[in-house]
Amino acid sequence: MLVKNRIYNNTLYVLLSGELDEHSAYNTRITLDEIFENNNFKQIIIDLSELDFMDSTGIGVLIGRYKKMKDKKIPIFICNPSAHAEKIFKMTGLYEIMPKIV
Amino acid sequence: MREMINEMTISFKAISVNEGFARACVAAFCAQVNPSLDEITDIKTAVSEAVTNCVVHAYPKKVGDVTIKVELFENSVVIYISDMGVGIEDFEKAREPFFTTKPNEERSGMGFTVMESFMDKLDLIKNQGKGLTVKMEKFFSIKKNLAVGE
Repeated sequence: MLVKNRIYNNTLYVLLSGELDEHSAYNTRITLDEIFENNNFKQIIIDLSELDFMDSTGIGVLIGRYKKMKDKKIPIFICNPSAHAEKIFKMTGLYEIMPKIV
Repeated sequence: MREMINEMTISFKAISVNEGFARACVAAFCAQVNPSLDEITDIKTAVSEAVTNCVVHAYPKKVGDVTIKVELFENSVVIYISDMGVGIEDFEKAREPFFTTKPNEERSGMGFTVMESFMDKLDLIKNQGKGLTVKMEKFFSIKKNLAVGE
């Protein structure tokens, strides 16, 4: 899993590339938490266009980050999910806490 | 009775680095009956969920093995994912959406729900000795194109 990020116009853009499963979850959590520590943004957009695979472990990772950012009142949005990731998001109700943006 | 056209078994340690291997291996085996990309992705996800359960839950003390047996039919695949670990006491509870025995570990509790949604059949079987077998079946929508002239 490769995580890239940049801040533009008070928005933190995060690009996840690779496979998000139990094996990559631990490092992904740590990397995202480090990036989210920075306070120079008001919202987060997670771009999944380069995510090749995700299972329900990925949902756990995303919900964990949502809980941390909720305390800081920073919303997280999802963009460019694959049809497959979208199926898991709809099944788990993730979009209710992390809306999809186009 | 329908005829099995191919069969394979793999066994590996229940450690997370093997999840990618397991799902890629099962997907590659299924590819010979020309399933759609969507069907392959569904199978990879379901396999990943079942193997994750073995890695996370089956062996709390000493790491054991995961065995995957795949039976391939012309229009479907049956996958058995087994461990010799602690097993599950309450199958019904385990299959409930959002149920997890590890609520402090950021776990979604959606593993069995995902397997059920992405596959067509899901059964949990208590092994004779110990541990659990997850049996899943997926039907392929597109009939295999038979080679002409063979």
